[in-house]
Amino acid sequence: MSKIAIVGVGQTTCTRSKIDTFEEMVFEAASKALADAGAEIGDIDNVVTVSNDFWDGRTISSMAVQEAAGSWGKDVSTVEGDGTFGALYGMMRILSGSFDTTLVVSHMKGSESIMNLITNAMFDPIYQRGMGIDATSAAALQARSYMTMSGATEEDFARVSVKNHGNAKNNPYAQLPMKITVGDVMASRKIAEPLKLLDCSPIGDGAAAVVLSNKKGLKRFRKEPVWIKGVAHCSDSFTLGYRDLAKSRALKEAAQKAYKMAGIKKPLKDLDVAELYDAYSYMELMWYEGLGFAPEGKGYELIRENATGMKGELPVNPSGGVVSSHPVFVAGMVRLIEATLQVRGEAGKRQVKGAKTALAHGINGPCGQAHCVYVVGA
Amino acid sequence: MGKRVAIVGYGQTYQRSSRKDVNGVELINEAVVTALADAELTIRDIDAIVIGNMDHFEGINYVDMWSAEGSGAVMKPVIKVCTGGTTGTTVAMCAYYHVASGMFNKVLAIGWEKNSESDTTGAIITAFHPVWERPTLGGAVAGLAIEASKYMHNYGATERDGARVAVRERLHALNNPYAHLHQEWMKGIPPEKLVDLIVGSEQNAMLAYPLRMSDMCPRTDGAAAVIFAAEGSAEKIAPVPAWVHATANRHNFVYAGDVDMDRNTTIAEASKAVFKKAGVKEPLKEIDVCELYLPYSYAGLKWIEDIGFCAYGEGPRLLWDGVTDMDGELPINPSGGVMSSNAIGATALIRVGEAALQVMGKAGPRQVKGGNVNLALATGFGGCYWGDVMLLGKKKPA
Amino acid sequence: MTDWKDKVENMVYSGRIKVPYLWNVGKTGSRFLIAIRDNKEIWGTRCPGCGRVYVPPVKTCGECFVPTTEWVKVSDTGVLESFTVVHYSYEMQPRKAPLAYGLIKLDGADGAILHLIGDTDFAKLKTGMKVKAVFAEERVGSIADIKHFTPA
Ligand SMILES: [Zn+2]
Repeated sequence: MSKIAIVGVGQTTCTRSKIDTFEEMVFEAASKALADAGAEIGDIDNVVTVSNDFWDGRTISSMAVQEAAGSWGKDVSTVEGDGTFGALYGMMRILSGSFDTTLVVSHMKGSESIMNLITNAMFDPIYQRGMGIDATSAAALQARSYMTMSGATEEDFARVSVKNHGNAKNNPYAQLPMKITVGDVMASRKIAEPLKLLDCSPIGDGAAAVVLSNKKGLKRFRKEPVWIKGVAHCSDSFTLGYRDLAKSRALKEAAQKAYKMAGIKKPLKDLDVAELYDAYSYMELMWYEGLGFAPEGKGYELIRENATGMKGELPVNPSGGVVSSHPVFVAGMVRLIEATLQVRGEAGKRQVKGAKTALAHGINGPCGQAHCVYVVGA
Repeated sequence: MGKRVAIVGYGQTYQRSSRKDVNGVELINEAVVTALADAELTIRDIDAIVIGNMDHFEGINYVDMWSAEGSGAVMKPVIKVCTGGTTGTTVAMCAYYHVASGMFNKVLAIGWEKNSESDTTGAIITAFHPVWERPTLGGAVAGLAIEASKYMHNYGATERDGARVAVRERLHALNNPYAHLHQEWMKGIPPEKLVDLIVGSEQNAMLAYPLRMSDMCPRTDGAAAVIFAAEGSAEKIAPVPAWVHATANRHNFVYAGDVDMDRNTTIAEASKAVFKKAGVKEPLKEIDVCELYLPYSYAGLKWIEDIGFCAYGEGPRLLWDGVTDMDGELPINPSGGVMSSNAIGATALIRVGEAALQVMGKAGPRQVKGGNVNLALATGFGGCYWGDVMLLGKKKPA
Repeated sequence: MTDWKDKVENMVYSGRIKVPYLWNVGKTGSRFLIAIRDNKEIWGTRCPGCGRVYVPPVKTCGECFVPTTEWVKVSDTGVLESFTVVHYSYEMQPRKAPLAYGLIKLDGADGAILHLIGDTDFAKLKTGMKVKAVFAEERVGSIADIKHFTPA
């Protein structure tokens, strides 16, 4: 399908701590996306904002950014989830026939709260929360389950970290560009075994925005459209222990649906580049499998063979991925933006030559409970 | 062009002050199971789910994820939306757009809240700006009191006018077994007399002038679920589907000091957009019944003017003439409205569900116009001046 | 030209959301917690659709979307399916770091339960090993009535 196009993208840099307020960050991202599209706020028919009350420390956090998102006098709604889900809702609102263009914005200031407390609150208050479990300790349980199932090693996880932090050196928006070795990762401080410091993403501050349009709306914009060829989302069950943490059936389901829409038959071959939500290094290997880049339990083969490096068969996370920059809720939208830049040939030093078809991926919930998969192309 | 969309099923829990027998996920499940049964569908027929509530009211982050096993979202697409008091209508609109987009055929919309589990006012205060407003501004009541006294000042309305709205809501609730507040003692007493009793009562505590206890909504535990389906499926599922004729929303408040306390501009603008889309020229005549999100009594005077049912300042006259009572020209809130049940995340979705019931002719003792309802209007409102409007109808929209 | 922003001190307003919560466990979960509190027994619910036994119990099976119908007593011993040793500290943790979490599949249950691992040398933890529930001396009706699991 080629009904909805991405015509403008904007992102702030991702840093550990920004002085800017939510409003200022959203205004920056939205203004950049509009400028990129060659448009003004008047060209936008409706707005979707993405935010989370816990992270923002504010009930109905979405209302705080409405002026900055230019929604005054417009139809506007809000999604509490990763930015990829927000963009999907923005797309639905156009497909409904009610609007021709949507601006979708997402913001995060991880620096203003404590990640462990915020993510502890996503666990069940009766059975899990009191144990002090948080996103990182839960991810560690998943990493170990995955190692047991697949035979992947901690060195394999380290290879992902090395690749992505290295790629980040080509991305001016990334938070942690680093030239590191497998040894560096292995020797880094133990966080939650088997995860070490360099396996974990840095929670940071950032905002991102995209402008979406149907064919009719295109004449308002200057940019060549990048089309959303396929998109799908799916959630697994919630309770750790009830779901098989080692396998991502929800990602598999979402990917198959998105591939079908986009006519992708052999993802490793048909896709030119992929941007995945690797909040922790091991996740990238699991997502390879869920996305059908590798058979179940064989994701580590791709990283060992460097098949997902910049010169590999399918470069994954040329931007440096989430393990290098993690503004929660924004990070998935950044994947979509990076995929768009790749298809446009505007990805600068991180450009994959000749990229025509790109995949972007977002997650939501503990241990990648829900996934949203996009295939975009020229 | 998108798909035509209709509501084909609705379910709600009994709205109660506290549901200690279930946790949040189990409460959600009750509403979902009831809605599925109403539409004679199973969870397998549902293609996607939209859910909403306020995070800080239960202290649960990522509610869409946490509730998956009760909402039916296991191995399904699910999205969470939240806009405060409007959350329920925002959920409904999101489900509508899911279906209208052509991407999903049948979509389940869920709203819920267990207000008994926290200090609602404490949580609401966090909706205000942490640096500029939180240290000085307190909860929802004070803001609404300012709005009410301004309306009284501008149009000469009285405390009796406000009480007349409260009386209507309480009397209507007596017909609704799902409503939280049932003031049985009011049964059989004429509205005028009830107004006298309320305004003159010493037990009816003044909270913030002119608002008394009787002017406010309760805190409720409850959940609701509404099923939306695309044309082609909708007619097969429901004998009389409630078609979505138009929906719109507006928002214009970031800082409390910026709010226009004279008029409810977001409800006004959203209503205007909906009526334009649906070709409604004389709302009072053309619309048969309303389920309006009126969180306190005076809203029932002022906001009906903003929607366009009458001119500014004429709201009290409509009330006293009985126009908005069960047998009036435009019955408002046959369900008893928000003032009778307020499980915040569910409340606005209940407005949509109740409006759908009226169109479908399934409202039982609270059915108006002998089931002959062609157009029903539902609204949502949030203390952060979010205004949502949805118009449902018996005829397929053009 | 200098930017005026360079000269402005960054003001920070620190706050904390203080809202008390009372989470209702529900009848199903309450029965589970009471059995631990009163009898040191661990019970789950079985789904009539897929036959899975859930511990902690669920009122509805998320997979089949049908109510569970049967209570099943499971063992207080099970298999350690996954574990992590956590080396950082923050205020929600009930113990000082390093502390360990495990996903434990109790004998007779299908889903695993998340809990603390204690009274052992963490370096010797292995997936697949047998672990046993240690009950707290004073039990109040919370999941912490199981103090932790320890190698059997
Ligand atoms: Zn089952």
